[in-house]
Amino acid sequence: MTAATIDPAIFAELKDTAGVDFVSELVATFADEEAPQMLAELRDALAVGSAERFRRAAHSLKSNAMTFGALPLGELARSLELGGLPADDAPLMALEAAYADAAAALRELVRG
Amino acid sequence: MADSGARLLVADDNKVNRLLLGRSLEVLGHRVAMAENGRVALEMLRRESFDLLLLDMEMPEMSGFQVLEQMVADRQLRDLPVIVTSSLEGVAHVARCIELGADDYLPKPVNPVLLRARINSSLEKKRLRDQQKELVRRFATSEVADDLQRSGFALGGKRIHGTVMFCDIRGFTSITEQQTPEETIELLNTFYTLMFDAITGAGGVVNQMVGDGLMSIFGAPLPLADACGSAVRAAREMIELIEMLNVERQVGGRMPLQIGIGIATGDMIAGYTGTHSRATYTCIGDAVNLAARLEAHTKQAGRAILIDGDTAAGLNGALTLEPLGGVQLKGKAAAVEVFAVSA
Repeated sequence: MTAATIDPAIFAELKDTAGVDFVSELVATFADEEAPQMLAELRDALAVGSAERFRRAAHSLKSNAMTFGALPLGELARSLELGGLPADDAPLMALEAAYADAAAALRELVRG
Repeated sequence: MADSGARLLVADDNKVNRLLLGRSLEVLGHRVAMAENGRVALEMLRRESFDLLLLDMEMPEMSGFQVLEQMVADRQLRDLPVIVTSSLEGVAHVARCIELGADDYLPKPVNPVLLRARINSSLEKKRLRDQQKELVRRFATSEVADDLQRSGFALGGKRIHGTVMFCDIRGFTSITEQQTPEETIELLNTFYTLMFDAITGAGGVVNQMVGDGLMSIFGAPLPLADACGSAVRAAREMIELIEMLNVERQVGGRMPLQIGIGIATGDMIAGYTGTHSRATYTCIGDAVNLAARLEAHTKQAGRAILIDGDTAAGLNGALTLEPLGGVQLKGKAAAVEVFAVSA
């Protein structure tokens, strides 16, 4: 009933366009460097009450999630981008869980 | 390595987006530089020369909108094509980008097929714009510019005394048969770049490019003190440049290029011919036909540069010429005195 963690068609097209080796590096850049920073930025922005920083970080995460075909993660990030500062960190917990799934699936895909 | 493709700048603060876009563009054969925010992008645009900017909207320090605003206000950057790549929500953003002068908008994630099509179309538009600017710049100097400004351009011409040069690549068909169409286009571009450089550097004007050949005029639209000498100087430099190109080509295992050049001097009518919506600046007269015939005759004569008697006389002994005597050229009733110039 839920969409695949990583949309296979989008991911396949990415590999076709950029090459398998390049996509491996790109996944590493995303999962090892960029996404953890964005998640930390979201937490930080929420803590200090900066709606603009929160929106930007959600926007960046959405953009990258969509690039890899991580549609559930992308959708969650998009709702945060458009929804303003949440009342508590429950939406962030859901986002972090979706990210953990997406990162694991992506690492699996580039290993295989 | 020869320069192929265009030089593009990618401005995006998101590293994954930046790397991926850069990679997609390199796969398409372009050379790519990257900037991590708008301020850096603008600095690079002002320092280096690019053919196209791919611009993200939401960036720290300076946003894409601010970059567009600055570019509109900058004469040097105003005409550089910009394709906005963004995942910003809402059509209002798109509209604002277009209002600010962006050529096109690609939503992220960028579809590779669309990317290729939009880049090609933007680069083609830029090429045409550059060509137009170049034409205006070339023809619209000093008195010609004044004349154009006063009267617009008028069909018909005026009588001038000048020197005409024809040049083409020998055996071009067999060269094209031995390489891909892409290589041929690249070769032609290199050829034209080198020839333009030599001709305009000597004060001439290239007024026609047809296939692998070109015609140029020395002494119109602007008078030139030493039209004969300038044309011959250009011709020798053209041969020299082709020889340099051949050294490169031989290293790459390719056939050397050979060109033939014919030069003639005389009275002619120079001006715009065509219709009011589509006209070309050209010269008509005996010397034009003669120069074309001399160029064709370089093959039989086995010489790279042939000139007529009037051009030879105009050199006033500045060069040692090899007289080939009277030559019967196609379309000419009487034999014509022909001289070869050593390269």
